[in-house]
Amino acid sequence: MQAAETAREPLFDGPEWTFELMEKARDAIEEIALEDLGLDVYPNQIEIISAEQMLDAYSCVGLPLMYQHWSFGKHFARDEALYRTGRQGLAYEIVINSNPCISYNMEENTMAMQTLVMAHAAFGHNHFFKNNYLFQQWTDAAGIHDYLAFAKNYIAACEERYGPMAVEEVLDAAHALQSQGVFRYGRPPKPTNEELVAMQKVREGYEGSQSVLDIWTDTTLGRDKLQLVEDADYSARRKLMNLPQENILYFLEKHSPVLEPWQCEILRIVRMLAQYLYPQKQTKVMNEGCATFVHYYIINKLHEQGQITQGAYMEMLHSHTNVVMQPEYDDPRYSGINPYALGFAMMQDIRRICQDPTDEDREWFPDFAGNPDWRGVLRDAWANYRDESFIQQFLSPNLIRKFKLFTLTNDAELPNLVVSQIHNRAGYKAIRRDLAKQYDLAYLEPDIQVTDADLRGDRELKLTHTVRDGIHLDEEDQDEVLKHLRRLWGYDVSLDAVEATTEN
Amino acid sequence: MHHFIDRRANPKGKSLGNRQRFLRRARENIKERVDQSVRGKSIQGGGGVPDEGEKVTIPTRGLKEPRFFHSSKGGLRRHVLPGNKEFVVGDTIKRPQGGAGQGGRKASEDGEGEDEFSFTLTQEEYLEILFEGLELPDLVEKATVETETIGTRRAGLTTAGTPNNLNLVRTMRNSLGRRIALQRPTTKSQRDLEEQIAELEALDERTPPQEEFLETLRKKLEGVLRKRKVVGYIDPLDLRYDTFVPEKIRNSRAVVFCLMDVSGSMQEREKDLAKRFFLLLHLFLERCYEHTELVFVRHTHHAQEVDEETFFYARETGGTIVSTALEKMKEIIDERYPPDEWNIYGAQASDGENFGNDSVRCKNLLLNDLLPVSQFYAYVEIVDEAAEMLLNNPEAGEDLWQNYREVKAQAQHFEMQRVSQPGHIYPIFREFFLPKVKGAQYAGS
Repeated sequence: MQAAETAREPLFDGPEWTFELMEKARDAIEEIALEDLGLDVYPNQIEIISAEQMLDAYSCVGLPLMYQHWSFGKHFARDEALYRTGRQGLAYEIVINSNPCISYNMEENTMAMQTLVMAHAAFGHNHFFKNNYLFQQWTDAAGIHDYLAFAKNYIAACEERYGPMAVEEVLDAAHALQSQGVFRYGRPPKPTNEELVAMQKVREGYEGSQSVLDIWTDTTLGRDKLQLVEDADYSARRKLMNLPQENILYFLEKHSPVLEPWQCEILRIVRMLAQYLYPQKQTKVMNEGCATFVHYYIINKLHEQGQITQGAYMEMLHSHTNVVMQPEYDDPRYSGINPYALGFAMMQDIRRICQDPTDEDREWFPDFAGNPDWRGVLRDAWANYRDESFIQQFLSPNLIRKFKLFTLTNDAELPNLVVSQIHNRAGYKAIRRDLAKQYDLAYLEPDIQVTDADLRGDRELKLTHTVRDGIHLDEEDQDEVLKHLRRLWGYDVSLDAVEATTEN
Repeated sequence: MHHFIDRRANPKGKSLGNRQRFLRRARENIKERVDQSVRGKSIQGGGGVPDEGEKVTIPTRGLKEPRFFHSSKGGLRRHVLPGNKEFVVGDTIKRPQGGAGQGGRKASEDGEGEDEFSFTLTQEEYLEILFEGLELPDLVEKATVETETIGTRRAGLTTAGTPNNLNLVRTMRNSLGRRIALQRPTTKSQRDLEEQIAELEALDERTPPQEEFLETLRKKLEGVLRKRKVVGYIDPLDLRYDTFVPEKIRNSRAVVFCLMDVSGSMQEREKDLAKRFFLLLHLFLERCYEHTELVFVRHTHHAQEVDEETFFYARETGGTIVSTALEKMKEIIDERYPPDEWNIYGAQASDGENFGNDSVRCKNLLLNDLLPVSQFYAYVEIVDEAAEMLLNNPEAGEDLWQNYREVKAQAQHFEMQRVSQPGHIYPIFREFFLPKVKGAQYAGS
């Protein structure tokens, strides 16, 4: 290690954390994060929680407030069983995409771990949430708390009024369609003015179950359009109902002939939350990579400056090394590519390409190889990419060699699996493309769209599953989901599989 | 702008509502498992339900959260894997059995691929399901029905006392220590000297050195004898006596008599209900007493004391004479469980049939012999679920029921109940185990 540039006192000594020490550490981290790395973060709200509270948070998809549903209880029971029997540890932290950015730190963490976790979550993840385009476009960090509070109260009020069983039925069905409750390509239609006013009222603490339930009247939900729709012919119908429609929950909310307004509102809540979480699903590698890169840079900097002791530094590195470990495919511990490992390695690699490019790098990355401002290059990557495009753009031959990546093709027509690409000159591009595709949610999740619903005729809801590469839906689950769908639509539902016409 | 918040003190159990919803949802499955586990469970061994809860494994059906997702079979897939060692392009690998390739879609999102789901029910939840929605009160707080007897307790040692309380071990230990410390000559050293002297004296003629030696020996012996006299073998200083102080002793032992009719009319269902009944009583009592024992008495036209296994599962044919069981219980109490040392609980299950005029005999046995020495006696009559008339009308009933009604009229600590499903069992105990001290006056002789 270099000699300390400016020798400073260690921030802490010993494993016990206190709020004073954490504030001191946070200030030191903040200085590096903002002034050196140039991060741009939401204000931080760091909360200390116990193991049980961490389990609570786990079961509710990491959100601080959540409506009640049996599936969360099920997840809690499972996580608790795993945790109690020692088969699963707990995360050191959970961080929420909100403004202020809330991160939950476990009370069991040592001071060294608290420091690491703050650098990771309160600055790394926080910067990513605030700056990545997906989060900026699709999530409302400032409003999520109010929305969650609204959702929780609304569903509790519905349970009170219509009975828990009736609410559960709708929620079960909505959860089954959660992945089909997001807009992937098109922007969602703007909320109407009435809806905006209603939302505003909710935000301002418009309380009382009575009024909360009555906010969403037929007019605000566009119900008066229904009559119009019924008279339209096929092409006009398609236009009026926004068909084909990938967001099935949205479609049901707007057009289901049998749902009551409160049921529509529940669908809306479920799809709003699915949409809110959708960017996180698309940026696992980048989000964790960014946070890991940031904490790694910061702890090294702190150590260089003499602000953390040798012992604490060793502890942090130990934890860091565990987090970024990538077992090889034939290792019993292998369970897919570790997003921390891949993200961190790619970001370190980008920095290397900027600072110390080889000829190969110059050939592959002419845009930024040798660019002295590696911080700027990284910030730009964090802001403008998601996993799929990030890998497609930035995975270097150097890393492919380092990870010894290879592509295995599994064609059901052939008797055996075939190694189709390995880490050589001929394979780099193909491996990069294959790996990027592995992170493309639009490819991973089935492409199912509402294609028609003749409200004047038999009222059958027609769905189309576009089959790519001959991969069909899992039949058992498919039938279950269709049952739920039938309940929400009220009439027959059909799902057709259509082979994709073009390969891309 | 930044701040820290300590959330640790926030109320726990934020996900309690979710858990309740989950248990309700899985109720059918859980109930099935709990029923199974009761059948397989011994009342004695570990006493029913462990405090830390009961682990149950239920099938996931009904708890499934279905989603649209790609099947793991068929089609064309490409997986990128790390750690290539020897593969070159074109190598083929045998398809792993089971079909699912690595990577790609997660085969079991949320652990869903599994057929079974395991988790732990707390004791309260377990009991709640076991007894179908009875509102279990806080078992612990209720009802320690205990007798008190005056006894004595050891209270250390004293230096004064009566010889019968002499603590020999302590006394001898003190004596030994004192003898060693004061160098009391041993009997052996005295005997050795005496022998040497006798040897010398036996000589007809002694040389002058021998004379001299004899003289020293004699002096030595004299000293030894004197010292042995001064330093006594046991000195009053050594004496230690046990002391006892009188004390009220809480009688914290209980015995539960499980009496059951095992004649042919008691089928699986009846026995299962009876088992829950015994289990619940035992559970209550286990919380109250340091030590509980179970005695199983089964009867047809004669009664036998048997082990639990035989009690519930062995078959026996014969008529039904209830009083034999009561007599057996009395006999066992007389033999092994003196009422001033044991809290005696009786639990009797039957389908209500009895031979001829035996029921009057039962009444008398209970009133004269058993109830005076028992803390509590509960009787359940297991009836058909269809027998609504009986369930709703406590006045109707067979001979045995009628006689027991008379018993109830005379004894507060006797409870009886008709039962056709598990939920009926609890009320028997409810009254009795309310927080008031009761029944103690019947104990003791």
